[in-house]
Amino acid sequence: MSVEAISGNGARSDFWQGVRLSMPVVVASAPFALLFGAIAVDNGFSVLEAFLMSALVFGGASQMVGIELFGQHVAPWLIVLSIFAVNFRHVLYSAGIGRRIAHWPLFQQAIGYFILTDPQFAVAERKAEAGETVGFAWYLGLGLPVYVFWVIESALGAVFGKLIPDTHALGIDFLLPIYFLGLVMGFRKRPLWLPVVLASAAASIIAYKTVGSPWHVSIGAIAGVLLAVILPPHHSGVEARP
Amino acid sequence: MSTTLWIIIAGAIATYLTRIGGHLVISRFENIHPRVEAGLNAVPAAVLTTLVAPAALTAGPAEWAALIVAALVSLRGGLMAMFLVGAAVLILARQFVG
Repeated sequence: MSVEAISGNGARSDFWQGVRLSMPVVVASAPFALLFGAIAVDNGFSVLEAFLMSALVFGGASQMVGIELFGQHVAPWLIVLSIFAVNFRHVLYSAGIGRRIAHWPLFQQAIGYFILTDPQFAVAERKAEAGETVGFAWYLGLGLPVYVFWVIESALGAVFGKLIPDTHALGIDFLLPIYFLGLVMGFRKRPLWLPVVLASAAASIIAYKTVGSPWHVSIGAIAGVLLAVILPPHHSGVEARP
Repeated sequence: MSTTLWIIIAGAIATYLTRIGGHLVISRFENIHPRVEAGLNAVPAAVLTTLVAPAALTAGPAEWAALIVAALVSLRGGLMAMFLVGAAVLILARQFVG
């Protein structure tokens, strides 16, 4: 361990602390990046286009949906709208994380929002909740490895796509739900955690069965957030201000 | 430029708008109402749950076993431990129940 890492302050040690926290995300997202690349080429994307989509959109689920619709020759505007719908949950992340990173210079904020993914938000939010400052170096350390690996592995997947053997036996299709469950569990100490989880679970399942994917994400999320808004604020541990 | 490239660029812009949009809307207000703050605090659990619940419902015994074991591990261990154990249970269980 280097001196910087022990001293505990300084941008470099903050960065590497973030990098360490990014590792589970890198591991969990690797199969999806490879899979995305493979599916993209299978659906008519070139390797360069698969690479570009990962580099510019950087949102796994939305890329999967986009590429699936592209393969079905759906109208372009509908593909873009679907990508927007799948990513709509980021509006909530953005509003949440904005409170934590408002002290950064504008350019750093612009980058910060670009790499704002599900795990990025969850891990940063937990740090803020612990009373620690969310610094740019730490945040970048958390997000940059995920981004770099995501883009490289997407291209690799596109090049070597058809070589992936039995993805089902390897459990690849279900790794993300397991990872997301871990993130949900990480917030279990928050006030109203269980009611919010139950409301979101019920609403998202009902929406999934009726309206269909990807709208179940937004509908389920809104149900959980609304519950917290409607209940008197003291249930959420938020004091009414004079 | 090809249609594919336009789709990628438009998709990227739409995505960035969702990532910056919530902040742009919220930052226009000087004081955040306690109820809004309560709602924002509920965001992580609310959103992440929707990425798990329908997937769990439409899955089978192998996936359920993985989720249950992973949830139990997360009560004690860290995120990495719960993830690796969950993945191991999933791969093992699928050998038996497909």
